[in-house]
Amino acid sequence: MSRTQSSGTPTAAELRELALTEPEYQSATQQLGRVPNRLELGMLGALWSEHCSYKTSKPLLRQLPSEGERVVQGPGENAGVVDLGGDLLCCFKIESHNHPSAVEPVQGAATGVGGILRDVFAMGARPVALLDGIRFGDLSHRQQRQRFARVVEGIGWYGNCIGVPTVGGETYFDDAYQHNCLVNAMCVGLARRDQLVRARAAGVGNPLLLVGADTGRDGIHGATFASVELDQAAEERRPAVQVGNPFLEKCLLEACMELTSDPDLVGLQDCGAAGLTSSCAEMAHRGGVGLEIEVQSVSRRERGMSPYEVMLSESQERMVLVVRQGSEERFRKAFQRWGLHSDVIGRVIPEPVFRITESGAEVAALPLEVLVTGFPERHPEARAPELRGAPRPDPLERIPPWTPEEAWRRLLGSPNCGDSNWIWRQYDHQVGDDTVLGPGGDAALLRLRGRGDALALTVDSAHRSATVDPRRATAIAVAELLRNLACVGAEPLGITNCLNFGDPDRPEIMWQLKESVAGLAEAARALGIPVVSGNVSLYNQFAGQGIPPTPTLGAVGLLPDLGRRLGAAFVEEGDLVALVGPPGAGPSGVELGGSEYQRLAHGVIEGAAPELDLEMEQRAAGAVRAAIHHGLLRSAHDCSLGGLAVTLAESAIGGGLGARIRPPLEPPRQPPPSWMFGLLFGESQGRYLVSLAPAQLDPAQALFGEHQTAFTELGIVGGRVISVEGVAECGLEVAESAWRGAISSHLEPPPEAGR
Amino acid sequence: MSVRFGIAVFPGTWSDRDCIHAVGLTGADAVPLWHADRDLKGCDVVILPGGFAYGDYLRAGAIARFAPLMEAVGEHARAGGPVLGICNGFQILCEAGLLPGALLRNSSLQFRCQPTWLRLEAAKGPFLSSCRPGQLLRVPVSHGEGRFYADRECLAQLNGEGRVAFRYSDRAGALTTAANPNGSLENIAGILNPEGNVLGMMPHPERACEELLGSDHGLALFNSAIHHLGGAPG
Repeated sequence: MSRTQSSGTPTAAELRELALTEPEYQSATQQLGRVPNRLELGMLGALWSEHCSYKTSKPLLRQLPSEGERVVQGPGENAGVVDLGGDLLCCFKIESHNHPSAVEPVQGAATGVGGILRDVFAMGARPVALLDGIRFGDLSHRQQRQRFARVVEGIGWYGNCIGVPTVGGETYFDDAYQHNCLVNAMCVGLARRDQLVRARAAGVGNPLLLVGADTGRDGIHGATFASVELDQAAEERRPAVQVGNPFLEKCLLEACMELTSDPDLVGLQDCGAAGLTSSCAEMAHRGGVGLEIEVQSVSRRERGMSPYEVMLSESQERMVLVVRQGSEERFRKAFQRWGLHSDVIGRVIPEPVFRITESGAEVAALPLEVLVTGFPERHPEARAPELRGAPRPDPLERIPPWTPEEAWRRLLGSPNCGDSNWIWRQYDHQVGDDTVLGPGGDAALLRLRGRGDALALTVDSAHRSATVDPRRATAIAVAELLRNLACVGAEPLGITNCLNFGDPDRPEIMWQLKESVAGLAEAARALGIPVVSGNVSLYNQFAGQGIPPTPTLGAVGLLPDLGRRLGAAFVEEGDLVALVGPPGAGPSGVELGGSEYQRLAHGVIEGAAPELDLEMEQRAAGAVRAAIHHGLLRSAHDCSLGGLAVTLAESAIGGGLGARIRPPLEPPRQPPPSWMFGLLFGESQGRYLVSLAPAQLDPAQALFGEHQTAFTELGIVGGRVISVEGVAECGLEVAESAWRGAISSHLEPPPEAGR
Repeated sequence: MSVRFGIAVFPGTWSDRDCIHAVGLTGADAVPLWHADRDLKGCDVVILPGGFAYGDYLRAGAIARFAPLMEAVGEHARAGGPVLGICNGFQILCEAGLLPGALLRNSSLQFRCQPTWLRLEAAKGPFLSSCRPGQLLRVPVSHGEGRFYADRECLAQLNGEGRVAFRYSDRAGALTTAANPNGSLENIAGILNPEGNVLGMMPHPERACEELLGSDHGLALFNSAIHHLGGAPG
């Protein structure tokens, strides 16, 4: 007699533990025509969790443009794939590991990296680069410093051990992330077209292999853990955090790389969230077949594990593969060579059912249609937060607390604007011998071997104004990706997104999510960049307080001629400095809404998000790329966080050269009190700070004119002072010292007295 | 004649591909050598590359020294054959007793990936004989355990016999504390065995073979070995 029988109706507490709602349970029962047993319920809970099913976000994500000439694989596989031409494909994805990193920073962050690496090599692509987007509370708190340092350690540890360079990323500190740190990791891989593997099961009778780590009790309910709000008891969830073994993963990676072009390999899939349950169910569902698994065939780390624990374990460094019948021993031998253990744990069956047996007796049998796609989509109410008071306060009307010089130094010394070398010197960013531009610039550049071109990679999050205008702030992030890629001379190929939000059951959070996705869709469509992969992390919430809307976006671009690459730093004394893009924006010519200055000086985010003109962005990016391609520019730097003054200082510090520029705008007749601060630190969009040899001024003006893009000559590179004439100036050494210490001064003991 | 480089591959090695690439730039041949084989495949030069061989469990290099391949490497070294250990390879050479001293956790207790300047101290042995003492090389480091340590006696011997190959310096060649990325004793970045044919170094010369990647100073080592063996450097 089958053991797939009911074991009674679960209590409300049991359902909560599985992150299933009562209506979801009813729906499952109705679809199955019976009451699911505990194992089945656990499997349903995992696959119907937000983390696996995207039941809340899916209806929104459908708006995103995912098609394009170069798109080989859009959302729905382990990672997105774009065509680099010449038989080479680029495979990439970004994913969150926020909840685990909050509870156990080193392992949480490390396994986030391990997971995203497996997503990419499961596609048959060799990982060539990692990037990250991380956010914490203010570094003045001891606990935040520790968490930050430990997350950096975890990311570095995994990437460094496995030998994939971490080439870029974004770091941001704000107390809104104090209880919910964000750890988003992106991986980029390369594959020849014939190496691309899909995560699909096929061929009735074909064996299913599980390779890599033995299965233990770690990470059970990890997927459901990631789908609930963190609370005071989060510490108790520590067993839901997995432990990483990058050495094992390195062996797994190399073994898989040897096997990707094997004609007997049918499908390959990473065992990530919800372990065997999700990897096998998704693989079978994509292939339109069923799978049968015998849990006794799964090698375990511990004795006495129940089928429930085996099926829901999130032990890391495991892959499942379907191979042609008869070739299993050959595959097992190939894994053996890398010291990897593998088991045949099941086989493909014709009926679209996921069947689990224990010593031959059926313990679960779920139709894949129910398990993988049967979850009721959720459409929680979305409602814009009521704005307190009618007209929004104009940030330019505030009385500045500092002189322009002091504000400039403070911004340069802010961990959000300053030097992030403290982080990336802990990451191996060079292994692979292809890193032409590493972390710290607008975009990283990776040479493509045997070709003249290069990959450009960057990560950006929504503008800080996202709390007031998530739609525009997210669109701004897309524009910033475009600008970052253009600064090194590269054209965008695709975007991957990681949507970090609070609890979507709160109407204002659902509104943020909706608006943000709409902004992403609008901007991606307008700029012609397909969104090919992504991940959603909801419930980033603590004690009822959600994080600010934080869509983290990663982009891949192509620089056609590596010989024409550019950096952000000034290069030569006597070069001219110019502003590309509009010299002013907003009613008074300058904007301060959502700026880093506003956050530091007034501790608020208010006013309107910066204006955004996507057509202009497209023209300006095209113009900058063309100017770089024609060799007209010496440096280009995206003018964003910290505004014109911080951008200018960064180019100067990077090149060890001062600069003297004129303000791009004249003040209005009666300027508001903070107008000058808007001029210096406003984060108006569509702007680049470039430098060029004086002889190139005429051709550059002509080129930008042809592209209908504003080009304003502002001044000259040289000297030991950075100055915006008549407004503010700062010694290069003073600026550099503030900038260099922005992060490191919080984490290193101050130098001993007298030294 | 064409010089043949063998690049050791342990489970967990990751700079094997970079070494093969770098050697390729000189025009010499490079072949991988599998850790479980005792065969050097007729290679003239052996490179033990960077990585985390066998996960660096127990201690960096502690397990790798028992690999069957290391028996063959030991024989090759004792017969005067050129052996270059880079980063994890240096750690393995120390564990295997082919070089003295040990590599401890960086004094910062953190991993460090950064460019360094090396002052060449001993222009001898296959990898350095084409260089000149005092020559400055820009070569990056990338490690968590690279702090060279040896007892006083051993240190005196290394200094006395001119077996310190490189020291971390500033760009002008001064041996400053700031230039030392890991707290190594006397800024030591690499050492030689008494015969000079075995060189261990923490910095990665294979990452410094193209100006495009920041420096091509590392090529000198590979070219020197080729020259030493009578091949034509690229």
